[in-house]
Amino acid sequence: MPYLSLSIWVPIFAGLAVLAVGRDRDAAAARWIALAGAIAGLVVTLPLWLHFDTGTSQMQFVERSEWIPRFDIHYHLGVDGISMLFVLLNSLMTLVVVWSAWEVIQVRVAQYMAAFLIQSGLINGAFCALDGILFYMFFEAMLIPMYLIIGVWGGPNRVYAAIKFFLYTLLGSLLMLVALIYLYDVSETFSILDWYNVPLSLKVQVLLFIAFFLSFAVKVPMFPVHTWLPDAHVEAPTGGSVILAAITLKIGAYGFVRFILPIVPDAARYLSTFVITLSLIAIVYIGFVALVQSDMKKLIAYSSISHMGFVTLGFFLFNQLGMEGGLVQMISHGFVSAAMFLCVGVMYDRMHSRQIADYGGVVNTMPKFAAFMMLFAMANSGLPATSGFVGEFMVILASVKVNFWLGATAATIMILGAAYTLWMYKRVIYGPVGNDQVAALEDLNRREFWMLGAVALLVFWMGLWPKPFIDVMHNSVADLLAHVAKSKL
Amino acid sequence: MMNSIDFSTILPEILLLCGASVVLLGDAFLADSKRHLSFWLTQAVLAAAAWAALATMPLQPMGAFSGMVVDDMLADTLKFMSCVAVSLMLFYSRDYSAARGLFRGESFVLALFALLGMMVMIGAGSFVTLYLGLELLSLSLYAMVAMYRTSNAATEAAMKYFVLGALASGILLYGMSMIYGATGSLDIAVVAKALASPQGDRTILLFGLVFLVSGVAFKLGAVPYHMWVPDVYDGAPTGVTLLIGTAPKLASFAFMLRLLAVALGGLWFDWQGMLMVLAVLSMILGNIVAIAQTSMKRMLAYSSIANMGYMLMGFLAANPSGYSAAMFYAISYVLTSLASFGMIMLLSREGFEADQLDDFKGLNQRSPWWAFVMLLVMFSLAGLPPTIGFYAKFTVIQAAVDAGFVWLAVVAVVTSLVGAFYYLRVVKLMYFDDASDTAPIEARADNRWFLSANGLALLAFGIFPQQLLGICVVALANSGLL
Repeated sequence: MPYLSLSIWVPIFAGLAVLAVGRDRDAAAARWIALAGAIAGLVVTLPLWLHFDTGTSQMQFVERSEWIPRFDIHYHLGVDGISMLFVLLNSLMTLVVVWSAWEVIQVRVAQYMAAFLIQSGLINGAFCALDGILFYMFFEAMLIPMYLIIGVWGGPNRVYAAIKFFLYTLLGSLLMLVALIYLYDVSETFSILDWYNVPLSLKVQVLLFIAFFLSFAVKVPMFPVHTWLPDAHVEAPTGGSVILAAITLKIGAYGFVRFILPIVPDAARYLSTFVITLSLIAIVYIGFVALVQSDMKKLIAYSSISHMGFVTLGFFLFNQLGMEGGLVQMISHGFVSAAMFLCVGVMYDRMHSRQIADYGGVVNTMPKFAAFMMLFAMANSGLPATSGFVGEFMVILASVKVNFWLGATAATIMILGAAYTLWMYKRVIYGPVGNDQVAALEDLNRREFWMLGAVALLVFWMGLWPKPFIDVMHNSVADLLAHVAKSKL
Repeated sequence: MMNSIDFSTILPEILLLCGASVVLLGDAFLADSKRHLSFWLTQAVLAAAAWAALATMPLQPMGAFSGMVVDDMLADTLKFMSCVAVSLMLFYSRDYSAARGLFRGESFVLALFALLGMMVMIGAGSFVTLYLGLELLSLSLYAMVAMYRTSNAATEAAMKYFVLGALASGILLYGMSMIYGATGSLDIAVVAKALASPQGDRTILLFGLVFLVSGVAFKLGAVPYHMWVPDVYDGAPTGVTLLIGTAPKLASFAFMLRLLAVALGGLWFDWQGMLMVLAVLSMILGNIVAIAQTSMKRMLAYSSIANMGYMLMGFLAANPSGYSAAMFYAISYVLTSLASFGMIMLLSREGFEADQLDDFKGLNQRSPWWAFVMLLVMFSLAGLPPTIGFYAKFTVIQAAVDAGFVWLAVVAVVTSLVGAFYYLRVVKLMYFDDASDTAPIEARADNRWFLSANGLALLAFGIFPQQLLGICVVALANSGLL
């Protein structure tokens, strides 16, 4: 079975079906078709996990057929231990998002659901693509649904945020297009795997590095090109924030391991200090920035940037522990940041405010919710037994191995993360009931309970028993590092 | 030497000329209420010409009338596409023209003559033929703009277009005369042969080349010869703007190819530098000035200037992949442009021009489908996947990188980022803003179907571009031009 194609096209066609069937008058039909599509989208990705061979670093479930022979572009899909988990994560999060929007979204329901489903397929495509142009197609096309999601269903400043999001990302990716074309010119192929073995001079590698780096650094986002993210997160509807934080950012980090490290290894090693410095700035400086936010979504957005700094740090240490730690951190952050945004969404739906100052004493009226949010806040601060701990711990260990002070600086995330997350938690949840609106809050309904509960289970699973995840990526990471160690000059 | 083969090479032109004459004569005897008969007769003529273009496609390039005309796969492909573009233009503008008193026999006849001019240009084998075709096209277009007598803007646009167009024609002719002086021939093949082994003083050749490039740049609307474009696009009735902005670009491509790549191929190094200046200026100026526009038509005019810059970028690579990239760019631009002006006319109605950006506000609320079509158009113009515009940009950038101009590719992507801003603004207006105009969108069934198909074609060719890319490569290779 072409599972990868199914994981791409099932959600896309489900999205088109939602558009075709669900008119604005008939929102219920749109919701149910979207739910069915999201479940089907998740089901077709399960075989990837079940039939995955952890004993090899080769691409699996490969599909390859001619697409545009004029430029030797192929419809070439495949996953390895690095990309497979993200396909699952994405399909799962799409289901969560459809579920989270159930009665919250009341205007243009069909378009909302369809945008997420189509985007889900495009994101899966980006993770599976093994052809440069195919990747680029998915990478760019996924901007369109997110642009509409932020702009149509977003907050008051949505237009600014949507356009900023789009143009920032486009700037990077257009330079990547030039890089892809250049590589094609050198190698006569668009196959990413073939590019791994193309010899390139250091000067060319550095230029290619810059082009790729700009594209992926914007997406991650890394300091100093991160400023679009807080705006986008604040204005996006809950589902948009969830997908942005949980998946879209991961594509940037994924680009580092799929493109930059293996294609320009010498430049990557040459410039690793530069990337590590930026990562540390993101961890420490953005951590402080998060501390002073008064808007919950903005706080979590900055927290995301800080956590993604950990991912890039792990990648550029060039050791097994660091890279696996970075990947684990990516998946964990996918769960945790999504859960945090869902929590804010739950409160926002009731109070229509994201300001920390408008809350206080929520635990008195929403005890179940407070318990869930406690768990996610702890995971966000990297408490052991939650998924947040595993990746951070691995990366810190790996960086101490390289240099003690590097590890010590990175470890400040444990303190800063706890500080901003728990301080926000305290101000929002604890204390006396802040005002009449808080006093009138209702606790989680059944839909919200299961939505948060499912994510909570995953957070615990990964925190207590991360081995299945690490097993999946182990061989691919080892192979990648061996490749990066070889010079291409 | 004249023989029967000569006539088959220009069968599309013959059909078109006869058809235009029949429409001209027949229409004189029709009452206003029967005008649709002329319309359908015109469509039949276009269909016949399109068929003839395909049916007479030769396997090898053929010269006719002592080399004045050539017939090759490239010519027939472009002729066919021009017929389709003109036919769609007539469908899209039918209601629009009727509401403005322009649904007249003269319009059809002039459109057919303009198309005839394009075909003559496309199949030209000599400078004289090129020039004649260009003039036939231009004169028909001047008249079409001027036909909208009740509009001051249109009259002004016609005047500007005519004066500046005549100037450009003069420059072009002057350049041709210099080349003639230097090589002793007006025949493209002979000039090419003479320049293949250049001897003596090149000054006069280069002078001629500068004039020719200026003339070509004017017809394309490339900076700094672009001043007429916004005024004419804006002032002309939208149906005519559609005609000016689409099919002639194909003819201009053929014109450029025969003039620069074939006839003056020996001077490629010299015109490459000139085109580079034109391309860079067009990309920068077109995209930046478009941001400041509030009128949709003016914005599209500047967008067309920028797009011609990208096309030139492919062309100036001066190699097979560059020419086929430029051809693909021209075709995809025409396809996208057709839909963009088609949408403006769809939203316009009697006494109301939807030519301001604000007229697109809230289109998603009024009609999700048309908003989606316009979204495809905008993303295609911006060069985003999965639309045909992406592959257009991709091929020209590839050609530039292939020719060693990586910096040019970087300029192109940076300017297209600037361009993305104003295309996105249209999407923003359609999707994020509330509608100020809530009139229902009404159109004839044929108009709706063709425009929808046109919009979807942008997507379909964006996902499966191979056929179209292949046609460009084969047509150019088969014509012996590469």
